[in-house]
Amino acid sequence: MSVTSDRSADGQELTIIIKGRFDFSTHQEFRSAYEPKEKHASRYKVDLKDTHYLDSSALGMLLLLRDHAGGDRADIQLVNCNNDVKKILDISNFSKLFNIVKTA
Amino acid sequence: MISSASDRLTVLIADDNVSDRMLLSAIVSRQGHDVLTASDGAEAVGLFERRRPQLVLMDAMMPVMDGFEAARQIKTLAGDALVPIIFLTSLTEGEDLARCLDAGGDDFIAKPYNQVVLAAKINAMNRLRVLQETVLHQRDLITRHHKYLLNEQRVAKAVFDQIAHSGCLRSRNIRYLQSPYALFNGDLLLAAWSPSGNMHLLLGDFTGHGLPAAVGAMPLAEVFYGMTAKGYGLPETLREMNAKLKRILPVDMFCCAALLCLNFKQQLVEVWNGGLPDGYLLHGDGRPHTPLISSNVPLGVLSAGSFDDNTQVYPFGPGDRVFLLSDGVVDSTGQDGELFGARRLQNVLVSNRNPALLIEEVQWALARFRGQARDDVSMVEVAFAEPDLLGPPSVIYTDSGDSSPLDWSASFEYRTETLKRFNPLPYLLQLLQEVHGLRMQSSELYIVLSELYSNALEHGVLGLDSALKRDAEGFGLYYQQRAERLDRLEDGFIRIDFQIVPDGEGGRLTVRVQDSGAGFDSDRVLALPPAVTQLSGRGLALVRQLSDRCQWTDDGRTASVEFAWEGLA
Repeated sequence: MSVTSDRSADGQELTIIIKGRFDFSTHQEFRSAYEPKEKHASRYKVDLKDTHYLDSSALGMLLLLRDHAGGDRADIQLVNCNNDVKKILDISNFSKLFNIVKTA
Repeated sequence: MISSASDRLTVLIADDNVSDRMLLSAIVSRQGHDVLTASDGAEAVGLFERRRPQLVLMDAMMPVMDGFEAARQIKTLAGDALVPIIFLTSLTEGEDLARCLDAGGDDFIAKPYNQVVLAAKINAMNRLRVLQETVLHQRDLITRHHKYLLNEQRVAKAVFDQIAHSGCLRSRNIRYLQSPYALFNGDLLLAAWSPSGNMHLLLGDFTGHGLPAAVGAMPLAEVFYGMTAKGYGLPETLREMNAKLKRILPVDMFCCAALLCLNFKQQLVEVWNGGLPDGYLLHGDGRPHTPLISSNVPLGVLSAGSFDDNTQVYPFGPGDRVFLLSDGVVDSTGQDGELFGARRLQNVLVSNRNPALLIEEVQWALARFRGQARDDVSMVEVAFAEPDLLGPPSVIYTDSGDSSPLDWSASFEYRTETLKRFNPLPYLLQLLQEVHGLRMQSSELYIVLSELYSNALEHGVLGLDSALKRDAEGFGLYYQQRAERLDRLEDGFIRIDFQIVPDGEGGRLTVRVQDSGAGFDSDRVLALPPAVTQLSGRGLALVRQLSDRCQWTDDGRTASVEFAWEGLA
């Protein structure tokens, strides 16, 4: 499990990449990936390409990111969701909260 | 107390050779330790018992009791604590040295002693001793905390059970499986009767474990019981639960939940699922089961404005059952990391022959799959039952009745925007409860009011045709149209008039419900034979059966019903 982040050249978009299990043990790393460095990004992307499992506390962390990014006005894409991850997001109907993209 | 590695130790030296013993004593004392001496094994064991030295230097060959036996006895006396024993030996055969360790020795040092090596060995052994002491101390600490925790959970659970079990989970048509400590896994199961004799049931699963997962349960249960008892329907109850959880829970906490309203009189089940795995409506007549899919965001995530309280309604008759489960079932992983999954669950549902064993069969399938049983899954199955067999408990009132109002009338008119969002029934029922004579029949009153109100709304204001509901497909369509038309509604009203008049020792209530719709041919509809097997048409029959008089006027746009009561004893 590891969390890395990458900011676009103009600083507007922040991509967070999660590898392995996305669960409570990722909490600290995930938060520090988006919490203020220089300034807020205006768009966020969470790349789940190498995420093979996500539990309900991961859903909670996504909600924290959404809150941080402006709540109902947040612009967050969840990209590269594999089928298992997609299923978990679907059960909670997270497509109503996030822009879920199956492949890049 | 934990002694530090640099502490002065008490070292027991056991050697039958006086000069060796004195030499060793001098060396060990010089290294800063206190020394006890013994001249044979028995004496060493005795000294150990009395003085509890922290480390033992033990000669192997001694009279009375040899070092091997003494080492065994000292190790037994020491129990969990590590008392390092270093054998002093002139033995050189591997077999003899191995015997020293087999007897419980931790190390050995060969005669003649090298002072530097001896000091290093004493220090190394002492580090191990301190490590063991630390581990034991922490173990005891954890054990103590664990006991506290269990006790706290026991108390919290007892308090919670007083609340959770005030409902009707013990009804004979409900079967469920829940770990005794489900509350601390965040699982919640509640059931209660509404005033009209509908059963409301909630299965919830809070994110996380332990205390954080348990704290949300209390307010959720409070809203569930409070609003169900007052006669609110699922949408209002859901909105309130969502708003309350949203307000009190941290952003990353929420509650996946499914809520059911089982209407045994009208043979309907209303379902809302937000975030729980598919539940199933199992049909008694052998049709394939209907999945009850999560089509909503869990409770406590969305703001009141964007929360979706739309429910699905299905026919629910004799032999039908609803089965709900927490995610622990489908998320169970087998030994190779594979998930149990929805398909395996469906196989169990399909192959089930004896409904009474369904939950056990799912458990067995899980246990076979994982190679061991799980105690953190929740499942509930609720079956159709004839309303008379269940008998919701009657409400007990505590006021005297002296101030009961007996001669009054009131009129209400609900217009478009109100009809879209507001359910006036709980409020109206509350008002009528002030009349003591009506309390005995509050359940009937509530059913009749609900029927008249939904008829006025659905057939009158919205112009829906109940003939749609003749099969399962049309049934879904009906409720879909209901939501769409309500959403688009621009003009409409429902008027409700109450008139209460005293009559001898008792009194009489007349209710008039008028709507803005096109009306209907009441004579023709009422002349139809009562629907027994059909999916619709129970409403008017219920109204006729439960009220003392009823009639339709104004081309079916106005319904009048009467309830009378005798003087109270």
